[in-house]
Amino acid sequence: MEALKQELKESIIEQLNLEDFTPQDIEDNDALFGDGLGLDSIDALELIVMMDKDYGIKLTDPDQGREIFTSITVLADYIAQHRTK
Amino acid sequence: MSNKNYYISTYCSLQNGALFVNGKATLEMDRSLPFIVLAKTIYKETGINYPKFFKMDNLSKLAFLTAEFLLEHSALSEKDVQKMGIVLSNKSASLDTDRKHQESISDDKNYYPSPATFVYTLPNIGIGEISIRHQIKGENAFFVFNTFNAKGLFQYAASLLASKKSNHVLCGWVDVDKEEYKSYFYIVSKEGMYPHTEEVINQLYINNEWKP
Amino acid sequence: MPNTELNNKDWGGIAITGMGVISAIGHTTAENLEALMASNQGIAQVSNVATRHHQQIRVGEIANTNEELANELLLPKDNNYSRTALIGTVAAKEALAQAGVTEIQEYKTGFISATSVGGMDMTERYFASYENTPEVRKYISSHHAADGTQKIAEQLGITEFVTTISTACSSAANAIMLGARLIRSGRLDRVVVGGVDCLSKFTINGFKTLMILSDEDCTPFDAHRKGLNLGEAAAYLVLESQTLVAKENKEVLAYLTGYANANDAFHQTASSANGEGAYLAMKKALQVARIDSNDIDYINAHGTATPNNDLSEGIALERIFGTRVPDFSSTKAFTGHTLAAAGAIEAVYSVLALQHQVVFPNLHFKTPMPEVNLKPAMTLQKKNIQHVLSNSFGFGGNCSTLIFSKE
Repeated sequence: MEALKQELKESIIEQLNLEDFTPQDIEDNDALFGDGLGLDSIDALELIVMMDKDYGIKLTDPDQGREIFTSITVLADYIAQHRTK
Repeated sequence: MSNKNYYISTYCSLQNGALFVNGKATLEMDRSLPFIVLAKTIYKETGINYPKFFKMDNLSKLAFLTAEFLLEHSALSEKDVQKMGIVLSNKSASLDTDRKHQESISDDKNYYPSPATFVYTLPNIGIGEISIRHQIKGENAFFVFNTFNAKGLFQYAASLLASKKSNHVLCGWVDVDKEEYKSYFYIVSKEGMYPHTEEVINQLYINNEWKP
Repeated sequence: MPNTELNNKDWGGIAITGMGVISAIGHTTAENLEALMASNQGIAQVSNVATRHHQQIRVGEIANTNEELANELLLPKDNNYSRTALIGTVAAKEALAQAGVTEIQEYKTGFISATSVGGMDMTERYFASYENTPEVRKYISSHHAADGTQKIAEQLGITEFVTTISTACSSAANAIMLGARLIRSGRLDRVVVGGVDCLSKFTINGFKTLMILSDEDCTPFDAHRKGLNLGEAAAYLVLESQTLVAKENKEVLAYLTGYANANDAFHQTASSANGEGAYLAMKKALQVARIDSNDIDYINAHGTATPNNDLSEGIALERIFGTRVPDFSSTKAFTGHTLAAAGAIEAVYSVLALQHQVVFPNLHFKTPMPEVNLKPAMTLQKKNIQHVLSNSFGFGGNCSTLIFSKE
């Protein structure tokens, strides 16, 4: 699980162009949206694409994303359970 | 046709690694630098903290940076800026980003279009970025011309000012196509250094200076 | 006192003397009108575009193939027209014909066209073949957004002033606004204004990845709306100066009396929660028209049926009209969202509403959005209409409003 979390942090930084961040800056349980990383609705859609591309998980309802992307821990748990890649 | 009532108050351009503000070289970098590296370097020079800059496509980055320097060197108040009109133009529309989007849907086996890329496949999103940053809610338009068109910009700005819809208009050209880039923005107001005429607009575009 | 847009006491508006439209609900203005009156929508499964999403989306597609359109226009076999240029030419010619224009060069005439797709439909089809198939390389030069505009201008014989506007879904409204100003300032006597976009994989895939497409027929302003249906269309209007109209004794279909544009300054593609850009555009347009919000009899809304737009626009409507929001509808449930053509096709529909004194229905509406107390017109309604307001809001926060009046 730790390896997956690290992978996710690196992936998010790269995919979402978070230029000023390193993986160490992202705490496992910090809020990804809202104040923390300042992610917005387009970022949420990018993460949905990433889920499909890297882990084979297809989300069809954008609202589902809101719950799954709460934090790195929640996201990693979801992926571990549902990944097909 | 010239209009004696209006003036160009500030102008800024970025091309070949050089950023000029009001005719003075403000930043000069290695012209062989890839645009993306250049843009990030200039961003750091502004000293602002605006993380969303990194999500923008190259065209929006160029528009954003040019506007940042332009407005910083202008004497406009916050209120003036928020009512400003914006009229930009180019020849490549959003082609540079369109290609990236097209690439992401070309391979049947690796088919993952990116929402963040698609959002920028329109030339006027850069105006949106400038507006969000400076809270500009005035009238705005984007034209696609075959070549730089001083007459078109001149007429639009003069009309906006005459109609009193705005007291200031940010006009210009912002084009990016792979590693070819050029931006040229200027503000038209009731007072300023240079007369607002097609000739002056053209001269500043070509030479970065105007000699009457 | 200077003759400015905001205080001209003699402002009677710009005369509209011709219109042309081709869309999913008809090849001509007459066919479109018939469909609107009969509530015959044009939304269906896509057939002309080979997209992998064809079973998950519904679109407003024009019935004709490119070959049929090229034959109709009598184009040579080796032409390099994209579908955009083809449908654009059809609609622009219809507009000029209705305006009774035979000698285009007799007066200073301009052409302002809007597009977002340009020649992308051909580029995406042939890009992979350019290297090995020389015959298709002719489409390389027709990719450019302004190339289609130039082709249509040549077909019409317009040379005085030709330009392309590309501001997403408000493009055509902005083209109409610019045309009005050029006539008002005396720089042109007449101008053909409007916009065109055809369906393409580029756009379908882009909107799909933003997750704002519906897999069913769209339901504007409904509490359960799921997203938009894309559409393709071309629509143009002929605007003429009062002098020209008087001299040639032209029949005027309606007048463009108000227009305005503002930026929402909120997000690249989403609208602000309080509909600020929309509010500012509507407010300014009413000022230009020198009328009060009470004077508006019908609103042709932007109404894309996305959760975001309809709520934002609804709130802006309440901010402008208070408890007296007039009859309103979105005709996108008929045609789909035609992107850069939307402002023009809806301008044509607004003029038709004035000519026939009807409010077109907002198809498929069942339940009002819980946040605002708004119910669009659910059926065709005959009523006295003096002024129509039309909204078009584009990505990049570009918000435009047009007002059309009977006299």
